[in-house]
Amino acid sequence: MSEARAFKHIGQRTIRPDGFDKVTGKANYGADMSMPGMIWGAILRSPHAHANILSLDTTRAEASPDVLAVATFQDFPSVNDAAAAAGTLKSSLMETAENILAKNKVLYHGQAVAAVAARTEAAATAALALIDVEYEPLTPVLTIDAAIADDAPLLHPTMMTQGLLEPATEPSNIAARMELKKGDIEAGFAEAEVIVERSYNTPTVHQGYIEPHATVVRFDDNGPSTIWCPTQGHFDVRARVAQLLNLELGQLKVVASEIGGGFGGKTTVYLEPVALILSKKSGRPVKMTMTREDVFRASGPASASQSTIKIGAKMDGTITAMQATLHYEAGAFSGSPMGPGCMTVFTPYDVENLYVEGFDVVVNKPKVAAYRAPGAPQSEFAAEMAVNELAAKIGMDPIDLRLKNAAKEGTQTIYGPKLKVVGLEACLEAAKNSDHYRSSLGEHVGRGLAAGFWFNIGGQSSVIINLNPDGTGTILEGSPDIGGSRASMQMMAAEVLGIAPGKLNPIVADTEHVAYNQTTGGSRTTFATGMAVIEAAESVVDQLKSRAAAMWNVTAEQVEYSDGVAANLAGEDRLSLAEICANAEKTGGQISGTANINARGAGPSFAVHICDVKVDPDTGKTDVVRYTAIQDAGKAIHPSYVEGQFQGGAVQGIGWALNEEYVYSAEGVMENAGFLDYRIPLASDLPPIETIIVEVPNSFHPFGVRGVGETGIVPPLAAVGTAVAEAIGMPVTSLPCSPPKVLELLLSKS
Amino acid sequence: MKAHVSTTINQEPVEFLCDPAETLLKVLRDNLGMTGTKEGCGSGDCGACSVMLDGELVCACLVLGVEAEGARIETVEGVASADHLHVIQEKFLEHAALQCGICTPGLIVATKALLAENPNPTEADARYYLAGNLCRCTGYDKIIKAVMDAAETMRQGEAHE
Amino acid sequence: MAALTYHAPTTLDEAISLIANASLPAKVMSGGTDLIIQMQRMLQTDRLIVDVKKIPEMTAATLDEGGLKLGPALCCAKLTRRQDIKALYPGLVEAAYLIGSTQVQGRASVGGNLCNASPAADTIPALIANGAICLVEGTNGRRRVPVEAFVTGVGQNCLEPGEMLASLEIPQPLPRTQDAYLRFIPRTEMDIAVAGAAVSLTLDEDGICTAAKVAIGAVAPTAIVVPDAATALIGSRLDETALTAAAAAASDAANPISDRRGTVAFRRHVVGVLTRRAATLAAERVGALR
Repeated sequence: MSEARAFKHIGQRTIRPDGFDKVTGKANYGADMSMPGMIWGAILRSPHAHANILSLDTTRAEASPDVLAVATFQDFPSVNDAAAAAGTLKSSLMETAENILAKNKVLYHGQAVAAVAARTEAAATAALALIDVEYEPLTPVLTIDAAIADDAPLLHPTMMTQGLLEPATEPSNIAARMELKKGDIEAGFAEAEVIVERSYNTPTVHQGYIEPHATVVRFDDNGPSTIWCPTQGHFDVRARVAQLLNLELGQLKVVASEIGGGFGGKTTVYLEPVALILSKKSGRPVKMTMTREDVFRASGPASASQSTIKIGAKMDGTITAMQATLHYEAGAFSGSPMGPGCMTVFTPYDVENLYVEGFDVVVNKPKVAAYRAPGAPQSEFAAEMAVNELAAKIGMDPIDLRLKNAAKEGTQTIYGPKLKVVGLEACLEAAKNSDHYRSSLGEHVGRGLAAGFWFNIGGQSSVIINLNPDGTGTILEGSPDIGGSRASMQMMAAEVLGIAPGKLNPIVADTEHVAYNQTTGGSRTTFATGMAVIEAAESVVDQLKSRAAAMWNVTAEQVEYSDGVAANLAGEDRLSLAEICANAEKTGGQISGTANINARGAGPSFAVHICDVKVDPDTGKTDVVRYTAIQDAGKAIHPSYVEGQFQGGAVQGIGWALNEEYVYSAEGVMENAGFLDYRIPLASDLPPIETIIVEVPNSFHPFGVRGVGETGIVPPLAAVGTAVAEAIGMPVTSLPCSPPKVLELLLSKS
Repeated sequence: MKAHVSTTINQEPVEFLCDPAETLLKVLRDNLGMTGTKEGCGSGDCGACSVMLDGELVCACLVLGVEAEGARIETVEGVASADHLHVIQEKFLEHAALQCGICTPGLIVATKALLAENPNPTEADARYYLAGNLCRCTGYDKIIKAVMDAAETMRQGEAHE
Repeated sequence: MAALTYHAPTTLDEAISLIANASLPAKVMSGGTDLIIQMQRMLQTDRLIVDVKKIPEMTAATLDEGGLKLGPALCCAKLTRRQDIKALYPGLVEAAYLIGSTQVQGRASVGGNLCNASPAADTIPALIANGAICLVEGTNGRRRVPVEAFVTGVGQNCLEPGEMLASLEIPQPLPRTQDAYLRFIPRTEMDIAVAGAAVSLTLDEDGICTAAKVAIGAVAPTAIVVPDAATALIGSRLDETALTAAAAAASDAANPISDRRGTVAFRRHVVGVLTRRAATLAAERVGALR
């Protein structure tokens, strides 16, 4: 793959093919579907954060003429304890089932306990009162400190910490421990001339997608049952529902509706298995939606964290040792992103001596789900804050300090592989030369800078490209489009086939119409599905060449294809793609290309963000006054959507840093379960988000693509945190930097 | 006892039956099948259900269906004309001002209301007017660029009606 | 879902009759932006809703030499477009303008905000600072209630069964008088006030304050008048000493709670800052009068 390659379509800003439906309201999201005869399901949720279920009696509900079906945990065929892969979070099937409908215990306020179906949404909600549950309330455990205390109430009485140096002898609320190391950490600190050591914490936050979870399900006895839902991975939905309900994969068809945001939070199942049970029992299609309150209380947020970072360095800025202890809240069941958090925390640095220890801790909060680079924002926030403190301590510019220790090609990561060519230094240089970094600061304004890393993944994608007799065509792919990826698929195929992108219609097909595709996540879509699109298009090109050869009576080797035209090397003949397609019937039948791949070689994406904040010294209110997001995209297929990923991740990170947090009562009830008091950034809160796309190509993708979706949420936490610290002249160690906390810091100065 | 309501939606006469406790949002989506207006929160905090009611921008989740009696309602389905998009819709597409698109219908309706009231907004005017429309995907940057570009284009009289 | 009976009368008498004779719990509906959310939380209670928006005087706003006669159900969007009202009572109008988003403005009303009686209601401190009077009508006739007596507790007002708020009268301000309302929220829009302060000031030709009224909100079960803050301003040129004293008086008068929106310490401190800033703003507005 040549860096100097001139692309015809790649890099253009086309109009996305699904855009017309989105701006007119025609696009169908999860709750937009109806089916004939449809009834509604509703869920009964736990009023306690921690309690034993002494009895669950559905007799009155079953007896009611308004209730058409009832579901409880007993409706899951016996669930065996096999691990179910779930993106970057592992989760046992039993725990998944209990999180969908509780078995013997409730472990968070709002946990689903039972469900009913009735003719209207209102009737279903009213019918929940007919289910009788007797609870024995237990003391809730709501923080890491409370969870790991010696006398902590146990969420799971048989939970023995995995990964300890000596096997656990007593159960605890620590599900797992892990350790990663490189070099000799003691020696590293011994060589250091300056040490920075600090502890940080981040709150529970939610992905905050504007579309609540919803599903419409029709159970069919005689063919595949249909599940319609907004999801990042409909094949994964199929797998989990099949496992939970003892069905064969062929007995389920999952249709991915348009999805109103996911960010990792829609890579699991909540309503779908319940709706399927209700549909089977009632004989009717069932619709279920979550209210916004349900979404906050009972769908996976992102882990709260407590981190301690210790960095040792020479006075000239050479970092000799980096150490981290990271605690993550998993919520009610094990499975926080402790692993990726440990793996990413120091990866922007080429340092000899590293030691990371992580803990996965259960608490009485909803089970966490993935959120954009899961685990990395929390751990890299702490590391980047500490690195910035080091820079200040030795009087070195934070970019120069990072350049001096930057991860690059050949850097040995703590988690195993050596990095290939990466773009961190390019991002740091771009930051240094940026307009923003060179600009001066106003009164009460502080500036923060931070780097970020995420691995990105490849994985399985399957694509079919079908051409019509008139040279138009369809791209059937299976990656639910969460950010505009269909436009990129259209462009990549158009680039290979040499025709206008508008001639090809990209479709996200359901699980029956395309082969297995891994979940849209891990920043994999443009990379892996794109790779499959390219391979399928190349297969089409091979067929176009051999059909042209047949028409010219030459061999395929004598045909060249470029820019949408086949040329006879042994003569003057030319045929366009459309002309070849028009003759397809005569040359062997219709033309289509397939690619089923397991993409390897995903390139990591590094980012550097710069943030200026102004803090009102009398109130602690913080306003972001300037923001720049710089990130390596490898090759930006559609620059507008690449910029969009940078900007979206940046603003989610800004919210995480400034105002977002789950507020809990002492009883473990979330007090701000709505968009009024769970405060995500508004248009009026923000300045423009400037972007700089750096392109250090990933040689494993035909066009050089690196995934960009996730890294962008990592740097803002420390960029904002450092900016606030600079503005107020006090260390910041706790997010969010909400006004009461900032004012307290300001007042404590005097 | 269901109420019978006669109203006008996107310049067309519409009649429906609804329970008096049902919101206009539920009526639009579930009774009338007009799913262009989205539900993000049901409590007026996200703007995804923005519609025009007698010329004012409102959240349909904070209006009862029965309040639509005799009123004039405009939804996202009425913004484009039969054969072309409104310039606001075109600019949203041109500027990539949407990623998942769930907030887009509400923003299109709100932007149309903004520019009807203030054809020459500053960027701050636009950001504050649209503060009630939450977006989680875009960070608002491209949305505001689309709004400002639409405003300029409409002022230049190139708007399609 | 509860059974709702909905009526939209076209006269005040009809509305009062409906409320007084209701066999179900009756609620007057203005904009509905608080009511609809509350109804959704009370799933089991059947009720009667009396929508007053079709009664002409409930959505009218007339300005004359006596002052402003404001229909309680006029939506904030329409009220805040009235440049003539804004010129006389800029603080009241900006308080109304701060309620929720543009979409909420299209429905929410000053009367509804007042009757809902949230401790953090934005319009109430501004109504108090302007000396607003509530005209209450019911089966027992009419009565006039000063606005600071209208709200009696958290979510509680002085309306008796069969009564409703028929009008708000805001007296014509004295010459060289302007008001201001400021609130603190963590974002830039949308949030419920964490603290709020309204100040109405009269300055003489030399810039000396001859009259003042200060009311603070979101820092006690109801909005409260702070006479000591007014006293600190009267007779001064709003110099540093006077402003500091006014701010301290406001902080002292505050009786806030800690909740998901703010802590006691934060609210107490910030209401003082807002009082100082609102007083300064009101004075600037007087200075800009011609």
